Amino acid sequence: MQRIGVFVCWCGSNIAATVDVEAVSQALKDEPGVVFSTNYQYMCSQAGQDLIKQAVAEHGLTGIVICSCSPRMHETTFRRAAAAAGLNPYMVEIANIREQCSWVHKDIALGTQKAIVLGRAAVAKLHLNAPLTPGETPVTKRALVIGGGIAGIQTALDIADAGFKVDIVEKKPTIGGKMSQLDKTFPTLDCAACILTPKMVEAAQNENITIYSYSEVESVGGFVGNFDVTIRKKARYVNESICTGCGLCTEKCPVKNVPNEFNLGMDSRRAVYIPFAQAVPKVATIDPDYCNMLKNGKCGVCARVCTAGAIDYKQTDELIEQKYGAIVVATGYEPIKLDKFDEFAYNSSPDVITSLEFERLTNAAGPTSGKLLRPSDGKHPHRIVFVQCVGSRCAAAAGKGKEYCSKICCMYTAKQAMLVRDKYPDTEVYVFYIDVRTPGKNFDEFYRRAAEEYGVKYVKGMVGKISPQGEVLKVQASDLIAGRQLHIDADLVVLAAAIEPDRSARPLATMLTASMDTNDFFTEAHPKLRPVESPTAGVFLSGACQGPKDIPETVAQAGAAAAKVIGLLAKDKLTSNPCVASVDELMCNGCSSCERVCPYGAISYVNKEFRMPDRTVALRRVASVNPAVCQGCGACTVACMSGAMDLRGFEAKQIIAEVDAICK
Amino acid sequence: MQMTDYKPKIVAFCCNWCSYAGADLAGNNRLSYPAEVKIIRVPCSCRVNPTFILRAFQRGADGVIICGCHPGDCHYTSGNYFARRRMALLFSMLDYLGIERERTRVEWVSAAEGAKFAATMNDFVSTVAALGENRRLEDLRCKK
Amino acid sequence: MNRDNVRDEVIRRSGTDPRKCMKCGKCSATCPSYDEMEGHPHEFVYMVENGDIEPLLASESIYRCLTCMACVERCPRGVEPAKIVESVRLEAIRKKGANRLTPEAVAAVADEELPQQAVVTAFRKYAK
Repeated sequence: MQRIGVFVCWCGSNIAATVDVEAVSQALKDEPGVVFSTNYQYMCSQAGQDLIKQAVAEHGLTGIVICSCSPRMHETTFRRAAAAAGLNPYMVEIANIREQCSWVHKDIALGTQKAIVLGRAAVAKLHLNAPLTPGETPVTKRALVIGGGIAGIQTALDIADAGFKVDIVEKKPTIGGKMSQLDKTFPTLDCAACILTPKMVEAAQNENITIYSYSEVESVGGFVGNFDVTIRKKARYVNESICTGCGLCTEKCPVKNVPNEFNLGMDSRRAVYIPFAQAVPKVATIDPDYCNMLKNGKCGVCARVCTAGAIDYKQTDELIEQKYGAIVVATGYEPIKLDKFDEFAYNSSPDVITSLEFERLTNAAGPTSGKLLRPSDGKHPHRIVFVQCVGSRCAAAAGKGKEYCSKICCMYTAKQAMLVRDKYPDTEVYVFYIDVRTPGKNFDEFYRRAAEEYGVKYVKGMVGKISPQGEVLKVQASDLIAGRQLHIDADLVVLAAAIEPDRSARPLATMLTASMDTNDFFTEAHPKLRPVESPTAGVFLSGACQGPKDIPETVAQAGAAAAKVIGLLAKDKLTSNPCVASVDELMCNGCSSCERVCPYGAISYVNKEFRMPDRTVALRRVASVNPAVCQGCGACTVACMSGAMDLRGFEAKQIIAEVDAICK
Repeated sequence: MQMTDYKPKIVAFCCNWCSYAGADLAGNNRLSYPAEVKIIRVPCSCRVNPTFILRAFQRGADGVIICGCHPGDCHYTSGNYFARRRMALLFSMLDYLGIERERTRVEWVSAAEGAKFAATMNDFVSTVAALGENRRLEDLRCKK
Repeated sequence: MNRDNVRDEVIRRSGTDPRKCMKCGKCSATCPSYDEMEGHPHEFVYMVENGDIEPLLASESIYRCLTCMACVERCPRGVEPAKIVESVRLEAIRKKGANRLTPEAVAAVADEELPQQAVVTAFRKYAK
């Protein structure tokens, strides 16, 4: 039997004015188990807390009920006071008689009556409280960043700067991501490579950062502070530590017609290649799909020309196992496939290109060495049509496009259109738009410059059809403001394709038990207040994997994610909320219902031996809650059909006791 | 609201992160609602087991309301969706058992919606009061 | 019937929701009869949404739509403008209580230029 002390707070006159505190403390004195009941002017004051301490000592209290303000206000205060008095801090219950009683009810009789009921409910609940101890888990002081684009690089640099070890896993042979493929960046027109490559080099040289390029995450286990990750380092058939990146092999390789993915297939590379001049790590990679030596054992040119002897045809995938305290997802985006947009003739004409292809066409390191030439005949285009919202804001059936706004297209289209007019003033440039969305510092000014200073023709309306006819592309569009249909003979059409999360994100989310929205963007723990954390503890989000964003936003989020990671890794131990789910293994039938509703992946299953009534031993599958991961929402307790799952601090019997007390 | 002597017993389950905070805000702003409403704090609306509601009716409650975060705003991401689905089922069963549909309700009240909390409670209490005492499911042995 | 009732009936019959329209104009950009019409597909959607059906009923545009469904195919929001045009056309026909042309009269207005599709559509229309 508990020995309960009740303390009714006046809160000055806040409570005492509309609740007869003396009557409340007298009434609660008669409740079962209550051995002490008093009221005091300010329970939260030092004197009030001393009162608690004194009463605990004098009356041998095992738990206390405070009738005061909201537990959201002073629960911590009273838990500390209880701990100071030698009680378990979770043997405290608070009856909210201020916010939910004295402040909302004007009538003293009614207010007093309700306060007594609330006090009774708290006493009834406290009878069933059990001392709880927060769990403690150690933290592995190492972070994993998945994705080596600008988001991943920035996050890794920031974490490394704080003195923690960081590993970057990048599936491509080099870090750099999409930003390395861009020519200029809006709204400042900095050259993307000029601002990105120093960061890539910095990441490579930082002694706290390890880059696993051409690698993928194979499996993830564990939980916040203690993730066990297996990384598959794919065989690149080149010894990374010996290769000097001289590039001789990439010149001598006889297989010349491999589509160059870095230039989006607009030119070709060899079977052994370095993606681009500033690649990090700058080592060659052999493409096993094209290499003659790997395919049929006939060639070996690269091995012969390599002075360092770095070529290794026998290399195999390597599995690396590593423990991490935190994981940052920075898997980024890719432009959508335009197969379903027949009206834009992307598949039928080489002169209809995507914006990312346009970036490569205007980049000095691109297939045309920066000269804007049509892919079909290498001629200079004199009339260019840019089409915005290709697949963005598209709610048509059959998954044609994406329902969301891709956010970056308005700005990069303005940039591309402006740069064309700047470099080639003889070119006529049209931009077809539905809305021009330019919220951002200096963004609208930038767009207006494109229209006003550079003479880019912005037309409100959409392009309906593009038909290649001979050398020209017949563009049929509407001009909604003039109220006419336009027919333009264009030399080049640039489609601002919607962006979508990288394809690798979905399987990764499953491994991490991190939730995703219907578009496969990672969900944040709270859309406003915890935008860089995933609901899964210890998993953080950086960049476009969480939603479309431009470079400044990505870098800002990368830094924010890093700060969260540093905050986590700076702790030696994690204390967890003890009000978590717990399973009664004898009642659990291993049905997996709880596992399926758990938003955090805190529930797993173990096979355990149980002694049966007939003295045999049976192996049964039972649920097991990881208290470090469980956040204590209680979804599983209701999903459990056998009633095996309960939530500490909010146990079913406690809530039922409260219900009973209220309905009495 | 009807002026009668009859005072309904209302149990309100409020999630800790949104609705309980919304109730606190109603208090901060001194927005009154009937004293018949007694709030039970739960971490999330998905913690509300249908048995709690059945128990309340068994013990003589006249109305039960569950308040949670707005869809999409759940502190635990998806808890309120579970609550919504479970309660839709439970309420239709209660309706079948003769407990009027108006005696049960799920409402979304955010931490910033003190006024909505008070208005919801006023409305709910007057609706339940109009229905009168709940005699279904009530266990007379619990009444002395 | 008042104005709102007519609008609701036209929308109901079309089976579409003009409120989904985001005013991009792709329907009108894609329309092969654009120059033949004074009210264009996007204007149909907008005017029906606002209940301005009278001017559409009076306009020739409702008979210029070929029902080729290009706008339906390409609309990014799934608004299906051709169905709205069709619904307005039916409103006109039902009001008159008869078809605009008799099947016998079609031959007289058909010429070499008239697309086969339009003839088929016309017959489908008059079969009602």
